[in-house]
Amino acid sequence: MTSALDISRRNFFVSSAATVGGLALGFHIPFAEAAAAETASEVNAWVVVKPDDTVVIRIARVEMGQGTLTGLAQLVAEELDCDWSKVTTEYPTPGQNVARSRIWGNFQTAGSRGIRDSHDYVRQGGAAARHMLIQAAAGEWNAPAAECSVSNGVITHGPSGRSTTYGKVATAAAKLEAPKEVQLKDPKDWKIAGKPLKRLDTAEKLTGKQVYSIDVKLPGMLNAAVKDCPVFGGKLKSFDAAAVQGMPGVKKVVTVGDTGVAVVADTWWRAKTALDALPIEWDEGPNATMSSDSIAAMLEEGLNATQAFVGNQSGDVQGAIAGAAKTVEAVYSVPYQHHATMEPMNATAVWTTDRCQVWTATQNAEAALATAANAAGLPIPQCDVYRLHLGGGFGRRSTSHDFVRQAVLIAKEMPGTPVKLIWSREEDMLHGYYHPITKAKMAGALDANGNLVGLRMRISGQSILASVRPEGLQNGRDPATFQGLNPSGTEGVFGYSIPNLLIDHAMRNPPVPPGFWRGVNNNQNAIYVECFMDELAHAAGQDPLEFRRKLMANHPKHLAVLNAVAERAGWGTPAPQGIYRGLAQHMGYGSYVAACAEVSVDDSGILKIHRIVAATNCGHAVNPQQIEAQVEGSFAFGLTALLYGEITLKDGRIEQENFDSYQIMRMDEMPKVESIIMPSGDFWGGVGEPTIFVAAPAVLNAIFAATGKRIRSVPLAKADLRKA
Amino acid sequence: MASLTINGTVHEVDVEPDTPLLWVIREQVGLTGTKYSCGIAQCGACTVHVDGVATRSCTLPVSAVTPEQRIVTIEGLSPDGSHPVQKAWLELDVPQCGYCQTGQIMAAAALLQANPQPSDEDITVEMTNICRCGTYNRIKAAIKLAANGGAIRG
Ligand code: FES
Ligand code: FES
Repeated sequence: MTSALDISRRNFFVSSAATVGGLALGFHIPFAEAAAAETASEVNAWVVVKPDDTVVIRIARVEMGQGTLTGLAQLVAEELDCDWSKVTTEYPTPGQNVARSRIWGNFQTAGSRGIRDSHDYVRQGGAAARHMLIQAAAGEWNAPAAECSVSNGVITHGPSGRSTTYGKVATAAAKLEAPKEVQLKDPKDWKIAGKPLKRLDTAEKLTGKQVYSIDVKLPGMLNAAVKDCPVFGGKLKSFDAAAVQGMPGVKKVVTVGDTGVAVVADTWWRAKTALDALPIEWDEGPNATMSSDSIAAMLEEGLNATQAFVGNQSGDVQGAIAGAAKTVEAVYSVPYQHHATMEPMNATAVWTTDRCQVWTATQNAEAALATAANAAGLPIPQCDVYRLHLGGGFGRRSTSHDFVRQAVLIAKEMPGTPVKLIWSREEDMLHGYYHPITKAKMAGALDANGNLVGLRMRISGQSILASVRPEGLQNGRDPATFQGLNPSGTEGVFGYSIPNLLIDHAMRNPPVPPGFWRGVNNNQNAIYVECFMDELAHAAGQDPLEFRRKLMANHPKHLAVLNAVAERAGWGTPAPQGIYRGLAQHMGYGSYVAACAEVSVDDSGILKIHRIVAATNCGHAVNPQQIEAQVEGSFAFGLTALLYGEITLKDGRIEQENFDSYQIMRMDEMPKVESIIMPSGDFWGGVGEPTIFVAAPAVLNAIFAATGKRIRSVPLAKADLRKA
Repeated sequence: MASLTINGTVHEVDVEPDTPLLWVIREQVGLTGTKYSCGIAQCGACTVHVDGVATRSCTLPVSAVTPEQRIVTIEGLSPDGSHPVQKAWLELDVPQCGYCQTGQIMAAAALLQANPQPSDEDITVEMTNICRCGTYNRIKAAIKLAANGGAIRG
């Protein structure tokens, strides 16, 4: 059966049309569709047109639920002026990108950058293709291109009234030279972009037809289950393969690097069953006694350490605190979080001495390719990675491709045989790249009139870059720690003008792998700043909105979203009986966001979050209904973290192994979310993450309003919310 | 060996009796619309209908299912995505990543079968599947849309 799988890609396309060895290759092979239709023409890298006028738009970034696939297609289609109902999409592979000098640019889909980083060149791709298609029609008619116009993929020659379609001229267009320069439309004139269109990927997700990476089937494929040392930094000592070799379906027991062991079997369930029965001994290494307590002690030391990296500084904060009429101090803590994508990590690999191919769900296919090539021991041009839509990413599938490395190492033990590696939920929980742990010590100085004249913020805790991308450090300093706290820039500017300010970071890196987690460091920074602003306002005897407004005159975009939620929520007017409100604002990933939460807390301390009003200024809104979906989803994600999210450690390992001990918010706790989308049209900001920042602080401030209790250590699951 | 009636077809499968129905459906029968996520009946990604009742198949050993019991997976809910729940989901563009959605749809279809006009309260009590992307409000709206759209087929 194995021999039926020819690993050269062209042959693979051919065989993919058939069923081989009784197994249907029921998934989308990149470019297979276009390649199969011999007559489909690649007008340029972004646009392929078929004779039936179908337009295949190539998407470099990946779809993981955030709607980028549809948004990017809208941008290309807008400039192309094609018929939206005939648009389909496909992913180029990172191998093709390498072979074509990175013609599709960056594949990374993280940092809410899918659209804001690539809108210009994908729109140019659409505009260039449009130009070439018109040129081709004009050529056929021997008419000047300037006399031709296009609408919905139909090209018309004004003077003669002749018309043709993109499908008819695509072959000729593909032979033309690309224009040197193209004019992009003014967003005011958009007809496809900027509209609340339906997603392109919905129908298949409703019938089970959508093939995720975990669903990949290849002829002769085997399945693998893996266990890596549960203690961070530990190694595999020994295992007794003989104990499981005779179990049903088992083919082979293999070591995976020097830290893991995998069972390969005919089915995954049999592989996992045998793995669970496999006697394994671990060398737990130097971190075997690490616990949440030891990590907390490390961070507490950092709160008062003399050495720290400065993020934002002005004036003389010590002097301001010394001379203050009133000072306020508080310490906040935010724990480790796990991504918990619904689709656990997995990858399918097939390896031979001269080629390695991988099918997986990745937020950064180029990094996945580099990881695969490295594990395969082959040059990059002899490897490739085929992408499938992700069953959730949230940063986990961009931080590390450890699952790809494992899949390739396992496949290498079985040359020519495709092997699908799936992590059990338990393996997935134990081997995450966790939202980093931090604490913050806040001190504020108020003058006699209740004005905030000084703010001191000391962050103590883990750096993501130090572990994941050390080359991103600046003389040891992790600039990403200060997301949303920066004095200037376009990513995340601190929204308050305070004459005496010092924000710094005592980097303390416990040996727990950190990762980018939807919202990243903005999440805790917004809790620290926005909850403390609330504390200061109350200490000053002022309304939290008015108190903030006085500090925000130099930050009109920050203020505009805050004002928008306050107005919509009716801030300053009485809330319904028993309901209390809280506010928060923050800027990150280029966008300005704010929220007003409405909550109640009953006598037994049960919290109900009734309503969230959220505003976002993301500059340009490419698909407003999808932005609304992202805003709603970001609150589910942010409120899950607030209510339940906590990863703890004992004996060097993670204690939460599944959704019973790592709870995810469900429908009964989901508040009503009202989105205000207010794009100002003068910049491009992100959408997938920003509103998550304000979820927790708005609710925490509302809880204070309801109970008089200031919760400074989350999640709420461990807090007593009964009235003080 | 086990004999299972899935989407109206009888399948003879060669598996250990304690194999969860989920993995038999995915691996032996080859229907992958039913998803694995937790394996401990917490999330509902693996929801199928057993005699019309929404059932988390990841913890149901295949030996506990008789050949007479009717198992329906997402692939058998309708031939072409035309079940009222699927139509409502399409109308409201419910899915984000979509991984949980086949389970959500199966749970919603069983809910409406048992209770064709559920209140908000009925919906939140019955719909306990996890969606990490946070599509809960659209799911709720789509269930109401399906309920108001007419009769729900079994
Ligand atoms: S996989 Fe069955 S309930 Fe989660
Ligand atoms: S749509 Fe992604 S988990 Fe529900």
